[in-house]
Amino acid sequence: MDSSLLIIGAGQAAGQLIASLAQDGFRGAVTVVGAESYPPYQRPPLSKKFLAGEITLDRLYVRPAAFYDKAGTRLLLGKQAVAIDRAARTVALSDGETLPYSTLVLATGSRPRRLTLPGADLDGVFYLRTIDDVQAIRARFAAGKRLVIVGGGYIGLELAAVAVKQGLQVTVLEQVDRLMARSVGVAVSAFYARVHGEEGVVVQTGTAVDGFEGSGHVRQVVCPGMRHDADIVVVGVGALHNTELARDAGLAVDNGIIVDAQCRTDDPAVYAIGDCTNQLHPQIGRRLRLESVHNALEQGKIAAAAICGRPPPPVQTPWFWSDQYDVKLQTAGLSEGHSEVVVRGTPDRGRSFAVFYLRDSVLVAVDAVNRVSEFMAAKQLIAEGARPDPARLRDERIAMKDIRL
Amino acid sequence: MAKITFQEANGSERTVDISNGLSIMEGAVRNMVPGIDADCGGACSCATCMVYVPDEWRERLPPKESVEEDMLQFCPHANESSRLSCQINVTDALDGLRLTLPESQH
Repeated sequence: MDSSLLIIGAGQAAGQLIASLAQDGFRGAVTVVGAESYPPYQRPPLSKKFLAGEITLDRLYVRPAAFYDKAGTRLLLGKQAVAIDRAARTVALSDGETLPYSTLVLATGSRPRRLTLPGADLDGVFYLRTIDDVQAIRARFAAGKRLVIVGGGYIGLELAAVAVKQGLQVTVLEQVDRLMARSVGVAVSAFYARVHGEEGVVVQTGTAVDGFEGSGHVRQVVCPGMRHDADIVVVGVGALHNTELARDAGLAVDNGIIVDAQCRTDDPAVYAIGDCTNQLHPQIGRRLRLESVHNALEQGKIAAAAICGRPPPPVQTPWFWSDQYDVKLQTAGLSEGHSEVVVRGTPDRGRSFAVFYLRDSVLVAVDAVNRVSEFMAAKQLIAEGARPDPARLRDERIAMKDIRL
Repeated sequence: MAKITFQEANGSERTVDISNGLSIMEGAVRNMVPGIDADCGGACSCATCMVYVPDEWRERLPPKESVEEDMLQFCPHANESSRLSCQINVTDALDGLRLTLPESQH
């Protein structure tokens, strides 16, 4: 018997869950509570085409508003859940309303890590996570303005790529010694430093930020031994998982809400999906929290299948992409613990190459830069636990689809 | 604007109006046509928006760029008539286009 489903969070994981439930024929009442005032929308374009003004807001939505009406899904937007009573099976909202549930899904996602440095709350210091953030940042953009980006991860770099094309003077400050350190390997970090340099972005790695100065509005970013003049500052230094609700309700939380293969928490009536979860990944062989669109979509599909009593979708290799300038980065697998790096192509010139990571001869990850075939082939090889010959991976005369031969 | 018909693997059909400027994928998703997953939202990075194009329409669509060609090579159910629907933008010229969908995008 299908009954009432309550989803806390209206991001991409929730969006996929709702779409999959509709496809799987779920007949119970579905209510979604989202803190933002928008229905589920895609975040990747926020730092790319939407920031650049190339697409309008409506093209961000995972499904049009009419979809939720037709599916009978009630969207409660601009509302915050504050407490879960698992014994009573209710959730309390910040406005005092209490919602009952038969099944609860936590899709609370993550929030940007905020700096607590002096001056961090000056006007002109932004974070980039939501539609509202990007609209505020975009409103300040003008050719010639000085944009300082704190954080050299993919958010900061995608932002840098858009901004420099619009004529802003862009500086990226990264604390550790290389760019996108948590997403790619060393050769790829060096490649991005080169490309951003070629495009006119000033990149400084190994650079800490001590604070911000200005009266009312930010004017300078202060680093040890150096100051950077700034009209706009955007901070992108990682994300924190939104797991306080779960933790306060007594659910197991350890670097994310702990879930099983069906995305169930230790309470059989409660599921969790997306950025906020920690799950054993059968391919990777350990528990992890994956902050990626792919994980959000996959877990949305997994939870929908479990709720509807259908078999789960097959396990997929985790993957990720980033678009900066004319460079498409696609990564698959996780390179942790790799024992060998194999490079195909030339990272130090041009903009097309791939880096494969092997662990005890097994292919575990790939970073592909404008190399779609390498990405797609490697994703499959990783899923199979394949042991490709490094010499063949390196040899560009051998097509990726022939690697196995 | 173009009227485009999608035929699912099970034979059922949906005809939808898609505005110029949207990709065929976006039009399908907005109109709740099942069978197009579009996991990457149109970034030409996932090959889960694949459609089959009938012979008489193939030359009438804008040609594939190399990224789409490469992606299709690895798309599990692709054949010579396959296109990634996120890479085709709708124009009046596509009015009457009929597409068939694979059994699964994975």
